[in-house]
Amino acid sequence: MKVEQISIFIENKSGRLAEITRILGESTINIRALSLADTSDFGILRLIVNDGKTAAAVLKEQGFTVSMTEVVAVEVPDRPGGLSAILQTLDRELINVEYMYAFVERCGGNAVIIFRFDETDKAIAALTEENFNMLEGSRLYNM
Amino acid sequence: MFFNEEFETLPRPALDALQLKRLQAVLGKVYANVPFYRASFDAAGITPAVVKNLDDLQKLPFTTKQNMRDSYPYSLFAAPMEEIVRIHASSGTTGKPTVVGYTQSDIAIWSELMARSFVAAGAHKGDIIHNAYGYGLFTGGLGAHYGAERLGASVIPISGGNTKRQIMIMQDFGSTVLTCTPSYSLFMAEEARAEGIDIKSLKLRVGIFGAEPWSEEMRTEIESKLNLTAIDIYGLSEIMGPGVAIECIEAKHGLHIWEDHFIPEIINPETGERLPEGERGELVITTITKQGIPLIRYRTRDITSLSYEPCICGRTHARIARMSGRSDDMLIIRGVNVFPSQIEAVLVGIEGVEPHYLLIVDRQGTLDTLTVQVEVSEHLFSDEIKVLQALSRRIEKEIKDMLGVTCTAKLVEPKTIQRSEGKATRVIDNRKR
Repeated sequence: MKVEQISIFIENKSGRLAEITRILGESTINIRALSLADTSDFGILRLIVNDGKTAAAVLKEQGFTVSMTEVVAVEVPDRPGGLSAILQTLDRELINVEYMYAFVERCGGNAVIIFRFDETDKAIAALTEENFNMLEGSRLYNM
Repeated sequence: MFFNEEFETLPRPALDALQLKRLQAVLGKVYANVPFYRASFDAAGITPAVVKNLDDLQKLPFTTKQNMRDSYPYSLFAAPMEEIVRIHASSGTTGKPTVVGYTQSDIAIWSELMARSFVAAGAHKGDIIHNAYGYGLFTGGLGAHYGAERLGASVIPISGGNTKRQIMIMQDFGSTVLTCTPSYSLFMAEEARAEGIDIKSLKLRVGIFGAEPWSEEMRTEIESKLNLTAIDIYGLSEIMGPGVAIECIEAKHGLHIWEDHFIPEIINPETGERLPEGERGELVITTITKQGIPLIRYRTRDITSLSYEPCICGRTHARIARMSGRSDDMLIIRGVNVFPSQIEAVLVGIEGVEPHYLLIVDRQGTLDTLTVQVEVSEHLFSDEIKVLQALSRRIEKEIKDMLGVTCTAKLVEPKTIQRSEGKATRVIDNRKR
C-alpha cells in the first residue's frame, strides 16, 4: 500500500529545479507527481517517479541530498465531501497529515491524493477499515 | 619514544642556560649584521648587552609581519646570500609575500625538529609517510619531507591536489602516516566514500595535521572518519615552517615547542605586555639558532597560552595550547570576539553536522550580521520543512549560548561550500572595504 517518494533538498537559487529535471530527463525518468515546499532559504522537492531508485541514485551522483520516504496514495471520490470523509477518518484515529498533494492523473473517475502521515501503518489500517481505496506503488508509477 | 632524547628531555635549568647562551649569541649577530635590528635596538636605546638573563628578553622590541614585508625580499637576512641554500615565502594575501632564507645549518635543524615531531606524533622509521602538504614556496611540503627523510621513514611526496589519485596511492602504497591540513583530511574521507572506498580500512595509523586552526571536536570527527590518531602540529614560515611545536601522542594535550631552538612568550596583543603562564594571548617567538633569518620577539598573531607543567611523555619543553585562531582571524561581531574555530566546535558538536561551514559577516546599517552556512548532509536531511527549520534554530541557539553572538543559520546543498586542498576559507567578511 505504500508508495515510494523521493525528496530532494534545494537551495533557493535560480536554476536548481531546471537542473534536477534535466538530470531526470536524461536518465529517462518520468515524473508522475510533484510538490514543492519552500521557505525563504531552501525548499524540498518531493517527487513520485516511475523509477525512484534510479532517480535517487543519479541525483546523488550529481551531489544532491536525496532521501526516500514512504507515502500513501488514496483514491478520493470526485464529489463534494470526498476528501472530507477521508480526513475525518484520520482525525478520529488521531493521525497527523504531515503534508499532502494531488496526483496528476485520475484513477477511473476518482482523484488521487498523496499523503505523508506521522504514522503510516496506522493510517493505512484506518483507511482500509473504512473501505477507502489506496493504490499500489507499481500501479501508480506507470499510470 | 624520542628522536633526540638528550635535548628533548633536558632539565629546565640546563635548558634555560642553553637558551640564554644561544639568545645572547643571536642578538650579537643580528645587531652586527641586520640593519633593521641595529636601527630598532638603537631607537630603543639598548644594545644586546642588556640581556643578562632570560627575563631581559622583554626589554627588546618586537618584530612584526609588517617589518618583514618592509624588508622584502632579503633585507632581514643575517647570512650572506652565498650561504643561503633555500628560499621560501608565505602567501601574500595582503600585499607582498614574506620571504625567508635558510642556510645549510638551518635546513639541518629544521629536518631534525620535524623528525622529532614525527616521533612525538608516534611515527617511526619504517612508516610510509603520505605527505599531502603542498610542495613549493609554502614550507609545509618540503619541511615535512626533509623531516621524514631525516627520520628514515619512506616519504611519498604527493603534495596537494588530485584527491582521487591521493586515495588510490594511500591504498596501493600502504601509507601509514598522513600529513595534510585537517580540513583536507575530511575532504579525502568524503571523496573516498564517494568512490566507494572504505578509508577506515586503509593502513593509516597517524595523521599529523596543521597549517590551519582546528578544534578538539574536529579531531574526534577526523579520528572516527579516518580511523587514525590525529595529532596537531604547529609552525609558520617566518619562524621555520612545520615542526615548531607538536603534540605528543602520549598526552595529546598541548604542543611541545622545541625550546632549545625557540623561546616562546605570550603577550597581551593590545599592550604588548608579557602575560603569566596559563593566560591566553598572542604567541611571540624568538629564534635562537637560526642563521638565515633570525627573528627576535616575532609576533605570530596566533592566540594561545603556555604551560610549563611536566608532561607524561618525559619531554621538558613547554607546551602551547591548541590555537584558538589567529589574532587577525578573530571577528568582532557587535562587540563580541569570535574565532571561526569556536563556531566550528559548536557545529561539530551537533549530531550529523559536517565541519564544512562558511561564515559570512556583513553590515546592515550599523548592525553587524553573521550568517553561518552549513551543508545539509544526507544524515541531516528530512523531507519535512519543520525538521530542517528546527535544525537551523538549534544551530542559532547553540552559537548564541556558547559565544553570545546572534547569527542566522543557512542550510545549503552539500559540497557547495568550497573545499580547499590547502588552507580552508572559513570567513567572508563583507564589512571590509
